[in-house]
Amino acid sequence: MITLTYRDALRESIREAMRKDERVFLMGEDVGRYGGCFAVSKGLLEEFGPERIRDTPMSESAFVGAGIGAALGGMKPIVEIMTVNFSLLALDQIMNNAATFLHMSGGQFNVPVVIRMATGGGRQVAAQHSHSLEGWFAHIPGIRVLAPATLEDARGMLATALDDPDPVLIFENASLYNLKGQLPEHAGAVDIDRARVRRSGRDVTMITYGAMLWRCFEAAEALAKDGVEAEVIDLRTLRPLDDATFLDSIRRTHRALIVDEAWRSGGISAEVSARIQEGAFYDLDGPVERLCGAEVPTPYPKHLEDASFPQAAAIVAAAQSMVPVHG
Amino acid sequence: MNDRKHAIESLGQMLRIRRLEERCAELYTQTKIRGFLHLCNGEEAVSVGVVQSLGPEDAIVATYREHGHALVRGISARAIMAELYGKQEGCSRGRGGSMHLFDAKTRFYGGNAIVGGGMPIAVGLALADKMRRLARVTCCFFGDGAVAEGEFHECLNLAALWRLPVLFVCENNLYAMGTRLDLAQSTTDVAKKAAAYAMAAEAVDGMDVLAVEASAQRAVASIRAGAGPFFLECKTYRFRAHSMYDPELYRNKAEVEEWKKRDPISNLVKSLQISEADLAPMERDIAQELDDAIGCAEAGTWEPVSDLERFVYSEGRRP
Repeated sequence: MITLTYRDALRESIREAMRKDERVFLMGEDVGRYGGCFAVSKGLLEEFGPERIRDTPMSESAFVGAGIGAALGGMKPIVEIMTVNFSLLALDQIMNNAATFLHMSGGQFNVPVVIRMATGGGRQVAAQHSHSLEGWFAHIPGIRVLAPATLEDARGMLATALDDPDPVLIFENASLYNLKGQLPEHAGAVDIDRARVRRSGRDVTMITYGAMLWRCFEAAEALAKDGVEAEVIDLRTLRPLDDATFLDSIRRTHRALIVDEAWRSGGISAEVSARIQEGAFYDLDGPVERLCGAEVPTPYPKHLEDASFPQAAAIVAAAQSMVPVHG
Repeated sequence: MNDRKHAIESLGQMLRIRRLEERCAELYTQTKIRGFLHLCNGEEAVSVGVVQSLGPEDAIVATYREHGHALVRGISARAIMAELYGKQEGCSRGRGGSMHLFDAKTRFYGGNAIVGGGMPIAVGLALADKMRRLARVTCCFFGDGAVAEGEFHECLNLAALWRLPVLFVCENNLYAMGTRLDLAQSTTDVAKKAAAYAMAAEAVDGMDVLAVEASAQRAVASIRAGAGPFFLECKTYRFRAHSMYDPELYRNKAEVEEWKKRDPISNLVKSLQISEADLAPMERDIAQELDDAIGCAEAGTWEPVSDLERFVYSEGRRP
């Protein structure tokens, strides 16, 4: 076993992919000389050179589209968008080109591009730098949307994404980059199709992804002290959504609590909730509950920002209110 | 004479486009073709002059006014017409229609219907070629409307910065849909904007197929020699409306008539001194080709509804 951070795991996955396949290259703002805004690509320029670790101008639409074009041209690009907030400047390329080319061309042109970006709030960087838009992107047919929450997934999702013939978006929650833990030395590719039960429990199913996974763990530990056992499901992939895993869990626990730091209205939490009504309605002992980000532009001061995102105490309270008091 | 023979061939290609577009307009009024239809009558010299300058290994990224580029590139009239009908024999399986002609065999990457949206794709195709050490050119068509888009500036900068093998071809027909160039641009000298990105740039009479071809050949040679991207502004005019929905309130008939005096087809007929008798067999062949294409489109089949969700993702991927 080796000790490393989420950031290290991502870097190792990029390094391994670039060593394995000459077609793989990384491009984005400050990925080279700066070492990556979040230091994910630190040291890669020295190893692979400026041809394959490409600093781009601040032209999100051009370099994301160029990644799509390069994928069409036989390369395997990894495009880094510094944060999801800037992905809006490239939304046309992702939605109108990457997601449509295969279908619109009658199956002729697939787009094997991987687009990574940091996402999420909780770092006091205010309203324009705290978005969680992965649920938005999950609305779009033709792309895959991944949200690695663990070291294992940070290390293993990229390889599988690069093997995929279609566009894959990877959302790395920025508050996880410093997450530290252990992985087997030869940790490698993981599947990108299935959700995972990360903690087993009989009383309530928590459905979450990204940084909120860790908040759910925290809540589950607190609940366990009161005798409430929460099952925690990490969605991992927001599109295509693996509903079988959470429906199966709900058939056992009969209660569902969705925890998502993104906004509630029209978000991925709404989609998960709808699928539960469609797939496990008669297995439910009570209404599906949701804890989501407050529907406000994220404010800067800590006390207001904390109030904007689901906290462990709120998750505990919500779960307790759903579960009848044990004997 | 080879030059004369080539000029006559170019004339024939322009005629093919003109007649195709005329048939499309008729078929649209018969509701055989639906949706948006953007015809390129008047702009044929650009399609022919530029596309003839490319090799089979090169790539094209075009706009929603791309029937001409597709036809000259070698996508058959049958495959184009079937596509316009929405039949599965079409070059995009009938799924794209007029605005989305695609063809892997000829490296034709659309038919892109977001103004400026194809430009980053072209830059990326060229980046792949450069990284793969392939001496190929990616030809990117766009209109004067795209010049106002941010993507235009981002892409010119990126292509010049990385010295990518892109031929940028601005089909400047003076109107971004209905907005005249001088009402949309602080400076209307489009080629100058490219020069600002330290890119080789040239403006050419887009109503003269031989002039366009001469410029395009120079540009392609320069790009293939490794000199980086090249910008070609072709000054042209569309004789018909923007689309079949357009009542043309924004320009007067006199202006259109003035430009029709510069018709790239009739002027070439005149300068080559081609007689009606010489033209007749050419017209007959084209009519036959188009009759055949329409016949095939009529006889074509609809993709089964059960295939609707095919190719949202690639087939054959493990679960």
